[in-house]
Amino acid sequence: MLIPTQIEQKLDRVLLKVSKPGRYVGGEVNVTVKDWDKTPMRVALAFPDVYDIGISNVGLQILYDQVNDRPDALAERAYAPWVDMEAVMREEGIPLYSLESFHPVRDFDILGFTLPYETLFTNALNMLDLAGIPVRTVERTMEHPLVIAGGHSTMNPEPMHAFIDAFVIGEGEEVIHDIIDAVKKIKMSLRTRREVGSEAISSLEDADCFATNRAARNDLLLALAQIPGVYVPSLYRVEYLDDGTIAEVSPLVAEAPKKVIKRLVAKLPPPPTKFIVPNIEAVHNRVSVEIMRGCTRGCRFCQAGMIVRPVRERPVAEVVAAAEAAVKATGAEELALLSLSSSDYTNILELVTAVGEKFSGQHLSVSLPSLRIESVSIDLMEKIKSRRTGGFTLAPEAASERMRRIINKFIPDEDIINTAREIYARGWVTLKLYFMIGHPSETLEDVQAIADLCKRVLHEGRKVAGNRIKLNVGVSTFIPKPQTPFQWVACDTPEKIRAKQVLLRQEMRDKNIKLTLTSIEDSLLEAWLTRGDRRMAEVIYSAWKSGAKFDAWNDQHHFDAWYAAFNEHGLDPDFYTYRQRRTDEIFPWDHISAAVRKEFLFQDFRQSLEGQIRIDCRQHCFACGILPTFTSVRRENPGDHWKCPEVKSPARKPVEALPVL
Amino acid sequence: MSRRIRITFAKTGPLRYIGHLDLHKLWERASRRAGVSLAYSQGFHPQPKIQLASALPLGFSSRCEVADLWVEDEPNPNLQNELQTALPSGIVIQNMLEVEERGPALQTQVVASEFEVTLLEEVDAEALTRRLSAVLEAATLPRERRGKTYDLRPLIESLAFSASPAPSLHMRLTAREGATGRPEEVLAELGIAIEDTRIERTELIFI
Repeated sequence: MLIPTQIEQKLDRVLLKVSKPGRYVGGEVNVTVKDWDKTPMRVALAFPDVYDIGISNVGLQILYDQVNDRPDALAERAYAPWVDMEAVMREEGIPLYSLESFHPVRDFDILGFTLPYETLFTNALNMLDLAGIPVRTVERTMEHPLVIAGGHSTMNPEPMHAFIDAFVIGEGEEVIHDIIDAVKKIKMSLRTRREVGSEAISSLEDADCFATNRAARNDLLLALAQIPGVYVPSLYRVEYLDDGTIAEVSPLVAEAPKKVIKRLVAKLPPPPTKFIVPNIEAVHNRVSVEIMRGCTRGCRFCQAGMIVRPVRERPVAEVVAAAEAAVKATGAEELALLSLSSSDYTNILELVTAVGEKFSGQHLSVSLPSLRIESVSIDLMEKIKSRRTGGFTLAPEAASERMRRIINKFIPDEDIINTAREIYARGWVTLKLYFMIGHPSETLEDVQAIADLCKRVLHEGRKVAGNRIKLNVGVSTFIPKPQTPFQWVACDTPEKIRAKQVLLRQEMRDKNIKLTLTSIEDSLLEAWLTRGDRRMAEVIYSAWKSGAKFDAWNDQHHFDAWYAAFNEHGLDPDFYTYRQRRTDEIFPWDHISAAVRKEFLFQDFRQSLEGQIRIDCRQHCFACGILPTFTSVRRENPGDHWKCPEVKSPARKPVEALPVL
Repeated sequence: MSRRIRITFAKTGPLRYIGHLDLHKLWERASRRAGVSLAYSQGFHPQPKIQLASALPLGFSSRCEVADLWVEDEPNPNLQNELQTALPSGIVIQNMLEVEERGPALQTQVVASEFEVTLLEEVDAEALTRRLSAVLEAATLPRERRGKTYDLRPLIESLAFSASPAPSLHMRLTAREGATGRPEEVLAELGIAIEDTRIERTELIFI
């Protein structure tokens, strides 16, 4: 393996051959570079997409700070090199290295992948390979870093089970420390044993040493399995029924829990403010403050809304202080106040007033995504934005009353029309509306309603603001996600989606409407992977071997490789996408729990079929399962951070109609 | 009324791989981090008033880049220190002075650039000197770049080889609007691959 100075020398000779070389050299403001030799625990944090995308990932920044705040550990970063750079690295024998110290990623103790979405899976394999780390977990020893992964896509970790030693389920802020401690303990004892043994044993190749190494890795995996929120897939066995669905998932050892329940932080820790400032253009040129985690709206299609429960808010003063610190530390020109549903933040008016006052006249643009469709949202936007640039975004998701009941996002047409009219009247030229097609049981009439609504919005807008107004309509394709009420439903077939897209194109020909549709194929891969089982691992491996990578990129499609991989392993892609699941089916992810009960999800699914809506669960607890799972966590952290209503006594059932299991 | 500050700075290390537009943004952010209030243009999309003298090709280091920043603040004797602290380590301020606020745009004042090209591979000094003479004696050097033919010769104001301390080329190329000589074009003419060199801009020549 090369040492850092050798890697830097090699890079110096090749970087001018590749596009955007600034991706590969580090040197940003706010990086932490610790003394490698004096820091016992070294963690490489990897985002498996190009630098320009990965640098904007807040999750990785949170973990970077968490690890670097420990005196005994350092964290450095690695991103996926773009295809041109990868070719150069392979040709020149440059292994995947960290941007802080140019150490090979292989030399770290832990390699942690952030996997927010499934189309990054092949890139993760590719990065392991580029690092010179065996891609498969069974081939790794204590000489390799422990490979861990977390992020929303790991709420179904099974498709990646063969490549990741341990998954983090849920929020990473606390569990990362438990993992580092566990690795440290084993490595220290191994080092001591090796030092003692070195007098007797001269060669590292010695059988005893190999056995020690082997035993240490087993000890490590067992230790990890006992950390709440950590899933070690090699400690479980999966049996299948003849129809390809799962018969049983069982732990192979006593140390592995039957169900791995997600970790959460009871109170949101202070947000990162020392954001690394990219020297080249990134996908988001901004700093952000997460004002709230979770969402109480219960939209049935939304995985984040189900898996990131309960809602926890940061106090206004903390958000404002963090925003100020982040802008000062980075010099950023844009600040985003992030959450899944900004309007639901308890003191949102107070917050935007404070932020607006704090930064007025500083040429800082503030964004507040995910606003509810109501005129109050416009007041909020006016408070934080001195100019009407950038357009105003609303997400009705569906346009017929039936569909809105099914997905549990019930916004009457009149609310949308009135809000849109008001947005145009108050001077915004562009309104963006987001919809999805392919919702369960959706018909062409429901899709026609989208076109009709858009035309009405434009018509009403023109009445108040004239012909210059613009309407951007984004229509994506719904993919049923695990751990949601729609985990049982089949994806809409490509034929149906195509017909729906044709209808939308025909109906929305106004020159002031810009319609954006997602390609049918783009959704396919996500659909296969998100509800895949362990057998998908071989498909991923074969697809990667045949060149699949950067699957999230429209210009990097490798569908032939994917179909060939399914074929090679005798699997039918349609099994994962176009199959309505049995009501009693055991899902590949059932032993992974977001602390939202399967019975709750199923009840919600049935209510969806009946067109019943569920209101905001801040007002009424539907007993999803969060509170009983984390009773002690909440008790140990008193205060009003959690936005669950007080549920007095378990004897008094919080919900009349629902069976509590 | 804003004051116009002229900064001469070195661009080295990882910052060699940062392009012209990104450098603009870098000064904007560094100013904000340092608490310097930049002046902004008027209009619908106000932009901070920053000018860079001359774009430096990606991968080149420099000891003589020049930027003008328009600032709203009162004179501050500590400005250089405060800005330097806010900059990434590859940008080093050499000096700073206030210039005429309404003077001509910085880019229009540059006439030539000097470059030092360190040769990383063994060279046949004699053969190279012969090539050099041939280039300098040529009346025209027609070359093609991005599908257009142009004459490289008038863009070369001087070109010399020195064998010590390290084998290197020294060249002065014109840098006027529409007539900018590029070191890599000269290297191509000499048959030297750019990846076998390290290039540094050593001086910007102003009117």
